[in-house]
Amino acid sequence: MSTTDLPAASAGADTTAPVPAGLSSASALDAARAAGRSALVGYLPAGFPDRAGCVDALRASVAAGLDVIELGLPYSDPVMDGPVIQAAAETALRGGTRIRHVLESVEQLASAPDGERAPVLVMSYWAPVLRYGVAAFARDLASAGGAGLITPDLVPDEAGDWIAASDEHGLERVFLVAPSSTPARLASTAAACRGWTYAASTMGVTGARTSVGSAAEGLVAAARGAGAERVCVGLGVSTGEQAAEVGAYADGVIVGSALVRALSDDGVAGLERVVRDLAAGVAGARG
Amino acid sequence: MLFERVGDRGPYFGEFGGRFVPEALIAALDELDEEYSRAAADPAFAAELDRLQREYTGRPSILTEVPRFAEHAGGARVLLKREDLNHTGSHKINNVLGQALLTVRMGKKRVIAETGAGQHGVATATAAALMGLECTVYMGEVDTRRQALNVARMRLLGAEVVPVSTGTATLKDALNEAFRDWVAHVDDTHYVLGTVAGPHPFPAMVRDFHRTIGVEARAQVLERVGRLPDLVAACVGGGSNAIGIFHAFLDDPQVQLLGLEAAGDGVETGRHAASITGGVSGVLHGARSMILQDEDGQTLDSHSISAGLDYPGVGPEHAHLASIGRARYEPVTDDEAMEAFRLLCRTEGIIPAIESAHALAGALRAGRELGPEGVVLVNLSGRGDKDVDTAARYFGLVSDADLVASEAERVSGPVEQTEANGW
Ligand SMILES: Cc1ncc(COP(=O)(O)O)c(C=O)c1O
Repeated sequence: MSTTDLPAASAGADTTAPVPAGLSSASALDAARAAGRSALVGYLPAGFPDRAGCVDALRASVAAGLDVIELGLPYSDPVMDGPVIQAAAETALRGGTRIRHVLESVEQLASAPDGERAPVLVMSYWAPVLRYGVAAFARDLASAGGAGLITPDLVPDEAGDWIAASDEHGLERVFLVAPSSTPARLASTAAACRGWTYAASTMGVTGARTSVGSAAEGLVAAARGAGAERVCVGLGVSTGEQAAEVGAYADGVIVGSALVRALSDDGVAGLERVVRDLAAGVAGARG
Repeated sequence: MLFERVGDRGPYFGEFGGRFVPEALIAALDELDEEYSRAAADPAFAAELDRLQREYTGRPSILTEVPRFAEHAGGARVLLKREDLNHTGSHKINNVLGQALLTVRMGKKRVIAETGAGQHGVATATAAALMGLECTVYMGEVDTRRQALNVARMRLLGAEVVPVSTGTATLKDALNEAFRDWVAHVDDTHYVLGTVAGPHPFPAMVRDFHRTIGVEARAQVLERVGRLPDLVAACVGGGSNAIGIFHAFLDDPQVQLLGLEAAGDGVETGRHAASITGGVSGVLHGARSMILQDEDGQTLDSHSISAGLDYPGVGPEHAHLASIGRARYEPVTDDEAMEAFRLLCRTEGIIPAIESAHALAGALRAGRELGPEGVVLVNLSGRGDKDVDTAARYFGLVSDADLVASEAERVSGPVEQTEANGW
C-alpha cells in the first residue's frame, strides 16, 4: 500500500472539542512556523532536582527560548529512557514526587508570568495514568491548565479510554511514530494524534547522541504524507547544531537528556546556556 | 505431537494482556506474531522442535511418585513432573528452543534475554550456542550475586552477561534493559522473553511452547493412577511453568489448579512477590495484568528468597484465570518453601529449585485438605544445583568462616571475559 492510498487523516486538529486558547502546544508550533522557524520543545522530569527547582528551571528555560514544555511524570520502569533521564526520574521519585505534585507543577507552570510561560504537555508512561484513572487524570490535567499528554508506551490501538477522555477535556494527545512504523500505522497514528505527532529519530531510547538519526528526515516526510499536520522530532538532539539540522525539516525539536544533564551539572545557569544555544539553532535553521 | 498452537491466543485474556510498548517495537511484535503463525502451521517446524525436545532436552520428562514426601501431605498421593531433569535444569528450555528456532527462521543473528535465577539465561545461552547465535543476557546485579554459578555457566556457553544496576537491580530491571536493547537492535535481534508475560504474542507463544509439560503429565497420570489428579500445583513467578502444566487441564473442571506465589516474609509484611494475592490490575512490561504497584502506579519492590519468583508482575493469562476463578493462587512464604525444600531432599533424595519448593509447599497444604484419597500433581520446574549456596546459608550448613572465605574469593576474582583466557 502506498501512502497516497491511505485515508486522509484528520491529523492533530480534531476541531470538534475545545482547546484552551493560548495554552495548546499546537498553537505554539504554529506561531513558530509563522515566524519561519521550528519550535523548541524541552523535557525535564517533574520533581527534578526537586519540585520547586524543576518549576524554576523550566520558567527560566522558557525565558531563554523554550517554546513548549514537556514535563515528565517520573516512573519506576521507564523503558523508553536512557540512563540520564532514568537517573533523574529516580531522584525525583526518591524525593517523594507523586502524581499530585506533577499536577501542581503543571499548574504553577501554566500560571507563570508572561515571558516565562509556555504550554505544558505531560509525558507519562501508561501505568501511572491508568492507576490514577484515565478520566480523572484527564480532568485534573485539564483543570491544572495542562495542554495534553505524550504517551511513550501507549499506542493508539490501546488508547480508547484516553482518546475519549482527551476529547472530552480538550487535551492534546501526542503519540509516537518510529522508523519502523509501517505506512498504515503512520496514518492511523497521525489520525489519532491531537496537536502533533512525535517522531522518534532513531530506533532507541532517549539520550544525547553525536548525530541525530538519518532516518528522522524521511520519517517526518512520511508522517506528513500519511496525514500528520505537525511533526516534532525527538531522541538524540543535544546541541544547537543538531537543533538547526532537525529544525530545517521538523515543526519542533525535542530535547531531553541534554537539558537534564545541563541542569544537574551546572544548575539553572548552565541549563539557560544550553537552551539559548538550542534556540539559536532552531532560529537559524531555515536560513 | 509435542507442539501445538492453541486457539485462545490473545492479545487479550479477558481484560488482561495487550501491548503497552513503544511504537518502535510494534513492527517487531507483528513480525514475530506472523512468523510464529507460519511456523505453527508448518509441520517441519513442529518436527524439528520435537526432535530437539527428545534428543537434546530429554523429553518426555518422567513422572516420579514421592511416597515418603507424601506422608507429610496428609497421605495424598504426590506425583512430580520432573522438568528438573531437562537439559539445563529447568522447564525454561522448552520455550527457549521454540523461540531460538523462530529466531533462525526470521533470519536474525542475535538473541537477548532477561534472567532472574539464571535458568532462563542459561537456557538461552545454551540454545544460542547450539544454533550459532550471538547471545546477551541481562541480569539484575543483585541476582548475579545470588546466582553466581549460573553467571559462570552462561559465560562458559559464550553469552555476554550484563549486570543491571538500575532501579532495584533485579529481574524487573533486567526486563527493562532487554526491552531497551531490543528497541535499538530489533533488525538483527530477537528478544527471547523468558516467561508468559510481556506484550502479545509472548504470553500466548511462550505458553504454547510449555504446553507439552501438561500434555505429557496428563497422559502420564492417567496411565499411572487410572484417573486425573485432583489438583495440579505449580509455582508462579511470571507463570510459564504453571501455565504449561495447567493448560492441559483447563477443560477438566474436576481438576483444581493451584498456583503458588512467593510470599517472601509474608504478604502482610509488604515484603513479598505475590502479584495476584497482593497486587492490583495495572500495566507493566508491555501487558495489563496483576502488578505490585503503589497508588501512583509505581512498581513496588518484590522480595523472595527465590530469584526466579522475585518479580512484581505475573502473566496476563494467570490474572485472567484468577479473575474467572478457574485457577486459585496462594502465597507461600520463604520459610514454608524452605521447609518443603528440606523435606524433599531428606525424604526423596531430590534437591529441588527453591522456586519449585514453593509448589511443593502448596502440595503439602493441598494434600492435607484432600486427604489419603487425593492425588496431587506437582510441577517440579527445576533442580536445586543453583540454589545450593542459598540453601546452605539458610540452613546454616556452612560455617561463617567458610562463607567469608568464599565471599572473598568471589569478590577478588571475577573471571574476566577475554579472548586470552579462551572464553
Ligand atoms: C526452576 C524455576 N522455576 C520457576 C521459575 C519461575 O518462572 P515461571 O513462573 O515463568 O515458571 C524459574 C525462573 O527462573 C525457575 O528457574
